[in-house]
Amino acid sequence: MSLNDRAAGAPFSFRKMKISVFPLLGLLLLVVALISASIGAVSIPLSEIVSGSLTDQQMAVLNSIRLPRVLLAVIVGGALALSGAAMQGLFRNPLADPGLIGIATSAALAVAIVIVLVGPIAGYLGLYALSVAAFAGALVACFVIFRFARLTGTFSVTYMLLTGIAINALSGAGVGFLTYLSDDQQLRTLTFWTMGSLGGALWISVIVAATIIIPSAVILVRNARELNVLLLGESEARYLGVEVERLKRTIVICTALSVGAAISVSGIIGFVGLVVPHLVRLTLGPDHRLLIPASAFLGAILLLIADTFARTVVAPAEMPVGILTSMIGGPFFLWLLVKQYSGRFGL
Amino acid sequence: MIDAENIVYSIGGQRILANVYATFKPGEVTAILGPNGAGKSTLLKCLTGALKPDEGRVLLAGKDLKHFSLTELSRKRAVLSQANPISFPFTAHEIVVMGRNPYSLEKTTASNAEIADEALNLVDARHLRDRSYPTLSGGEQQRVQFARVLSQIWEQEGACLFLDEPTSALDLRHQHQLMDLVQKLAAEKKLTVIIVMHDLNLAYHCTDRCFFIREGWIRGGGTSKDLITADTIAEIFDLPMKYAAMRFGMDLAG
Repeated sequence: MSLNDRAAGAPFSFRKMKISVFPLLGLLLLVVALISASIGAVSIPLSEIVSGSLTDQQMAVLNSIRLPRVLLAVIVGGALALSGAAMQGLFRNPLADPGLIGIATSAALAVAIVIVLVGPIAGYLGLYALSVAAFAGALVACFVIFRFARLTGTFSVTYMLLTGIAINALSGAGVGFLTYLSDDQQLRTLTFWTMGSLGGALWISVIVAATIIIPSAVILVRNARELNVLLLGESEARYLGVEVERLKRTIVICTALSVGAAISVSGIIGFVGLVVPHLVRLTLGPDHRLLIPASAFLGAILLLIADTFARTVVAPAEMPVGILTSMIGGPFFLWLLVKQYSGRFGL
Repeated sequence: MIDAENIVYSIGGQRILANVYATFKPGEVTAILGPNGAGKSTLLKCLTGALKPDEGRVLLAGKDLKHFSLTELSRKRAVLSQANPISFPFTAHEIVVMGRNPYSLEKTTASNAEIADEALNLVDARHLRDRSYPTLSGGEQQRVQFARVLSQIWEQEGACLFLDEPTSALDLRHQHQLMDLVQKLAAEKKLTVIIVMHDLNLAYHCTDRCFFIREGWIRGGGTSKDLITADTIAEIFDLPMKYAAMRFGMDLAG
């Protein structure tokens, strides 16, 4: 693109480059992952990771601490961002975010119920139990929001957001009540959920999250074209041969699964699901065939960067990454609102 | 070819359509006219299969709509609904390509994109191709949606085209352009075209036949030139004769 084009007002657009952004995003993710793996209490220089000349201690740190944590950040960030993108398509509204409309909090409520009322379950079973609970919570919230949003006959965004607020309040109260009931150990675990942190990263959590999230992501991408058509409206999509009910069910289940799995291993990490799809749409456009996978990559990259900061900025202590993403995401979201408003009226 | 046989449709105990019989022929443009709330859009939705009538049935080329799959139907009929807002910045071209959804598996992306371009040409919207759909004016959006609907039945002979107030946001020139195009396509591709509209002048000049609906009852089915008169208008729209004659008498007399 020459300077002349820019001067003539043609917006710089990645859109024409389409698929070619994926190798770029993949490379970026790899670089960020390597850098993140090298930073921490025990320094593991990049050159040594690449050349493979590590001491036993470095190897142990890399294997049992850094690598699971990096992978978990990648999986959770990707899951949150891609389910945000899919949910915004499903609700036909760019404001739909698992956190904003109460899906994350109701997943957290379900997790809190398992932690406080069921008690500790060890190993894989425990993690899967938490994932299933978070998934069930997310699913119930999706279902309730859908039903209420359709009360008026058409799909009402106002009802969706109001229902989300009610679910948020209810689940918040539920989590609060369970916190009140909990003992010290449970309290610690619960606090970790509600603030969001990748501090508990183990290979088990990586495997549990990946086995749920990756298949869901594949299914979502395969439904991306029909999700585009759904944006025309439900009846239009049906006229165009899309089995709307099946499509909606698939998307609700896959997003609830991904969000549930992510929340069960990391707690509530805000704004990734809302902000990342926005960023991608600004550069690549709204086509879900690009939007969903690109959001997954960008979400992974951003959460990985955020988590690297979270565990190094106040070292040797650690900051919950959920606080960091909300601190950055909040102002960014406000900026997006201002930008959208001024764009619409040509200011 | 569409046949409606004894369609009854009620919402909450209130009868919207009462024993509607109507036949719509291929190659013809048929208007559905009537006052607000008469049941025009409901009838259109029953004919497209979006609503299931309480009683009676709709036949498409002699076969009951119930026996078609969604995919089959999507190649045999296209529907332009009234304005449907889209809050994502798709380009006009991307919107039109969505009309090719029924063929996305068997036709190449390139050929579908090309058909979308030709459809945009037909509705005089080629220059809007790369514009963001939500930033277009109401009339421009309506033309883009019309192009999408055309691209859906692009290669089909004898398909059905349902249009719900397709000219409501268009300026005069584009109103006539759209109606000319509809008439031409109906003749060339043996389309069965059914249009819900309010503009009686346009209906008089640009449609072959018309039906009147009032309080769920249907009348007419004859040629528009015979049926759209000051007398029928006064009756159907509950308009005092002097207004009917004033508004339509001169124009329609010739």
